[in-house]
Amino acid sequence: MRIEMPTIERNVNKQPISKRKRTGIKEFLYQLKQQKTLLLMCVPFIIWLIIFKYLPIWGWVIAFQDFKPARGIFEQEWVGWEHFKFLFTAPEFYRVLRNTLAMSIINMVLGFVTAISLAILFNEIRNMPFKRVAQTISYMPHFLSWVVAASIVSHALSLEYGIINTVLLKLGIIQEPILWLGVGHYFWGIIGAAEVWKNVGWNAIIYLAAIAMINPQLYEAAEIDGAGRLQRIWYITLPGMKPVIVILLIMNMGYILESGFEPQYLLGNPMNIHYSENLDIFVLRYGISMGNFSLATAAGIFKTVISFIFLFAANHMAKRLGQARLF
Amino acid sequence: MIKTKALPFRLKKKISKRKLTTEDIIFDTCNYLFMILLIIVMLYPMLNQLAISLNDATDSIRGGIYLWPREFTLQNYQHVLGEAHILQALFISVARTLIGTVISVFCTAMVAYTLSRQEFVLRKPATILFVLTMYFHGGLIPTYLLIRELGLIGSFWVYIIPNIIGVFNLIVIRSFIDGLPNSFIESARIDGAGEFTIFLRIVMPLSLPVLATVSLFVAVWQWNSWFDVFLYNSSHPHLTTLQYELMKILQNTNAALAQRSAVDAFAGSEAQGGNVVTPMSIRATMTIIVSVPIILVYPFLQKYFVKGMTLGGVKE
Repeated sequence: MRIEMPTIERNVNKQPISKRKRTGIKEFLYQLKQQKTLLLMCVPFIIWLIIFKYLPIWGWVIAFQDFKPARGIFEQEWVGWEHFKFLFTAPEFYRVLRNTLAMSIINMVLGFVTAISLAILFNEIRNMPFKRVAQTISYMPHFLSWVVAASIVSHALSLEYGIINTVLLKLGIIQEPILWLGVGHYFWGIIGAAEVWKNVGWNAIIYLAAIAMINPQLYEAAEIDGAGRLQRIWYITLPGMKPVIVILLIMNMGYILESGFEPQYLLGNPMNIHYSENLDIFVLRYGISMGNFSLATAAGIFKTVISFIFLFAANHMAKRLGQARLF
Repeated sequence: MIKTKALPFRLKKKISKRKLTTEDIIFDTCNYLFMILLIIVMLYPMLNQLAISLNDATDSIRGGIYLWPREFTLQNYQHVLGEAHILQALFISVARTLIGTVISVFCTAMVAYTLSRQEFVLRKPATILFVLTMYFHGGLIPTYLLIRELGLIGSFWVYIIPNIIGVFNLIVIRSFIDGLPNSFIESARIDGAGEFTIFLRIVMPLSLPVLATVSLFVAVWQWNSWFDVFLYNSSHPHLTTLQYELMKILQNTNAALAQRSAVDAFAGSEAQGGNVVTPMSIRATMTIIVSVPIILVYPFLQKYFVKGMTLGGVKE
């Protein structure tokens, strides 16, 4: 670096004096004028961004007000931390928080294990056309909307026609069909399974990419040393994927309060509400359905703040471990 | 990391032709069986819905329809597509997908181009402003209030305007433009082309692969959306989309199924005589109609999706 410095300075000196003199604000204004087309192409969208993405953040003040929709945002009655106090003392809030955390952790663990396993199994298929077909079909559900996925799940779980009940009955595992969506404590498992069904193929892509980076000579060497298939998976494939697994795990920590909204909302019903309602649905129910904007905003702020803390902690951890990081 | 020298050619050949061990055979058998199971699990539900949608509605109540319709009929489709509000929803779905994709991709590409210009004065601050919103947003209620204040509720544009720029797509396109050789742009500038002309005539055509990828992202997202319909336009029936209509059917049947056994729930419609559709058949038919566009295109498009994902991930 030090060797290069003089050359740069010399170049600067060579520039015409008139150009060099323009500094600071003058230079900035000159450039603005020069780049007016670029500005025209960009600034309207920055204004759009400020209106649609940054203005709502100001809306957070209504969590500290007793928001009445008829009045303007500055004519509201200020109540301080009242809504937060109500939130943190409501037993319902802890149930909602429990559901959010539970479903989020189940989704994360299940999602990782299944996607990693699937990637390894894909990698072991030698028949390329079959591999391609299997892979293509495995991520089809990812592109379907959650409405379609939920419709399929609820049909598969239904009492009379559901394929799950039919198979379990025929195998003799259960004696009577189960009303899966009607029993609260099955709900977390159903959501986990639905998430896996929808996304496992898609999530496996990144691990397959990681496996493709492993040096093939390692496998050849292991084979000569007499390592079997499972040993090669255990001692070469898995360690080779470790960096990707670690960084994705850390990054996902930041989304600990994002247990998803659509599947829970679409598959939830009055019979499983004690297990299905999560923070997002809570916000929707209080905010839009009951019109309690202030309380719902307070819950939303709580979620964002916790998510942010986790996100920064995860980013810091990734940095410390020398892994690629989020930002 | 263990370093191994390249194997001599003859040895390599020996390995690949080596006899399969018992472990290999067991492993491969299990693996292939598992893959077949996987394919069945992924495909069966869709095929089952297809069979039900093609089966006589009252006959479907008897159950036992798996992969093949028992009493083939197109009546379900006739009924669903004959309903005015479903046709209207189909129209809105198509319109929002087309208009939303065109506007969003064009505008996102334009901003991406300006942010890729090294000399652009707003490059750094604007990039930061955009990227921050990926991690920081107001949340449901403030956004809802804003949309209401802007008078977008009850308007078609609520599907388009709030979604003009997707930040993830912006990063994907920008990193692609960053990779284009600068000389193209320089020579056009020397020839006297303005920034907008360069963007339109040079950058856009050169970026076609990434624009195709992003268009697909946006189109699938627009087609699959239902939550903004539910939130902003649920009391404006002429503006609802197919996904939203399916969502309503799903919620109704869910509630019915959760309360009583399905046969009871559907018995009413059979007794009415003239009414030949049941919630189950309508739901299956709608499910197929809503998914057909995606199922038809996605095998052709998957390589773009995968490429787009890696493109976005690398430079982020």
